[in-house]
Amino acid sequence: MTAILGALALYGRLVAASLRSQLQYRAAVAIASLGALLITSSEFVAIWALFDRFGQVRGWRLSEVALFYGMISVTYALSDAMSHGFDRFAQTVRSGDFDRVLLRPRSTVLQLLGTELTLRRVGRLAQGAAVLAYASGGIDWTAGRAVLLVASIACGICVFLGILMLQATSAFWTVESLEVWNAFTYGGVTMGQYPLAIYRPWFRGLFTYAFPIGCVIYFPGVAILGRADPLGAPPILGWLAPLVGPVFLAACLPVWRIGVRHYRSTGS
Amino acid sequence: MIGPGVDPGRFAPYRALFGARFRMLLQYRAAALGGLVAQTAFGLILIMIYEAFYRSSAAAARPMAFGQIASYVWLGQAVIMMLPWNVDEEMRGMVRSGGVAHELCRPVDLYAWWFARALAQRTAPVLLRAVPLVAVSTLGLPLVGLAEWRLAAPVSLAAGVGFGLAMLCGLALACAMSVLLYISWLWTVVAEGTLVIVSTVVSMCSGLLVPLPLFPGWVAPVLRWLPFAGLLDQPAQIYSGRIPAAEVAIVLAREVGWVVVLVALGRRLLGRGLRRVVVHGG
Repeated sequence: MTAILGALALYGRLVAASLRSQLQYRAAVAIASLGALLITSSEFVAIWALFDRFGQVRGWRLSEVALFYGMISVTYALSDAMSHGFDRFAQTVRSGDFDRVLLRPRSTVLQLLGTELTLRRVGRLAQGAAVLAYASGGIDWTAGRAVLLVASIACGICVFLGILMLQATSAFWTVESLEVWNAFTYGGVTMGQYPLAIYRPWFRGLFTYAFPIGCVIYFPGVAILGRADPLGAPPILGWLAPLVGPVFLAACLPVWRIGVRHYRSTGS
Repeated sequence: MIGPGVDPGRFAPYRALFGARFRMLLQYRAAALGGLVAQTAFGLILIMIYEAFYRSSAAAARPMAFGQIASYVWLGQAVIMMLPWNVDEEMRGMVRSGGVAHELCRPVDLYAWWFARALAQRTAPVLLRAVPLVAVSTLGLPLVGLAEWRLAAPVSLAAGVGFGLAMLCGLALACAMSVLLYISWLWTVVAEGTLVIVSTVVSMCSGLLVPLPLFPGWVAPVLRWLPFAGLLDQPAQIYSGRIPAAEVAIVLAREVGWVVVLVALGRRLLGRGLRRVVVHGG
């Protein structure tokens, strides 16, 4: 217990230091955040254009799709802000800086999470929150559904952290070709903006069982909307599926440790 | 138009710069392999989304055939590195660090020099990615039973030639826009600002985000007249026959006109920017 508290305290200190350093460049943070807001908003305009033309997609209306869009945007913005250390890990390996991380008597995961809490992700976060607000107009809110929304986002962060941890792990073997993982991070975000039910079965399987983004966005989203799942999943699944998120992250940790054991310093 | 003189020897330095940058950029093959996987996945996701919209809507709402959309998406993924939205990091560093002073010392026409640099930046990475991506999307997809999602061949020989010419114009447009971006950094050291605006406008108005014909009916004709449509949308529409061969000449004339305008604008702005440039440090 004390170990966990100590870890949390250290994480808090690392995050505070990272925020202080970023706030030295307030204008740069503001411009980058506004930029992200602009780019992600144009993305939503594109989705709006499709609904303006087609009206619905396999029976889903824009206000419903907006819930999935908002959930995945907020989830990804938060995980992207937290995972900077993992996202940049290839450079850490290449420069030999991982040696310093290994020398410190604290867990490598904790130190990498504490590398930076990226402030400029606030742009995407704000855009996702705005779309969520738009979606919530069509939702019959209950306390349970509100809790489910927050819990799904938290569990979704676990899934994206897990994927980014796997990406970082692969950097122990190669520091190139890491763009492959964009298929699951950026690709997963694009996929998650629409209900999982509109995709082909093999693709739904990939994002349900292998990279469970569907479990933390789609199934709870259906429960929050209060509609029947066209895929035929029982209603209770929406409330249980997000738990797959923490399980996935827990499964990624041993893989990370194998990678760490495999690490050979560049020696520079 | 690009070089000031007529003596062929005068083009030698620009050719040398282009060649050197091109060869340097071709070294990033492993990175391109990763990009191939990611972009194939992206193309598949986008096509699946359009498929869902098409399968659940009336034929009247569809401005293009599904096969045309699939080809459009693949062409977009193939030329993604050509679009003027990912920067030349070295160039950005050069303006920030004051290294741009070295550029001013060279006995060359700076606009043409930067254009040659942009040309390498907008071709080598495209070739690395487009060639395997086209192979996967034309030959690979039918092998795994996804023939309707493939990049189809151009509808006719004329469409293929028209596409090639339109793409060359698109490349010239992309380079002219890239150089304008470099020039804008002479005014603002915070390059993110101009970069983010340009990349938003480019991805929206080129058709990369959504094929332009899918926008509401009144938007598409406006976007068609902007220079961004020449980067991807117009070539892709010629490719799939949505723009008939008879109209290709009009499209090409419009794109060439935009190239002339953008190059002239770039030359003017570069002249004004250099008069007020202040080199701090470096």
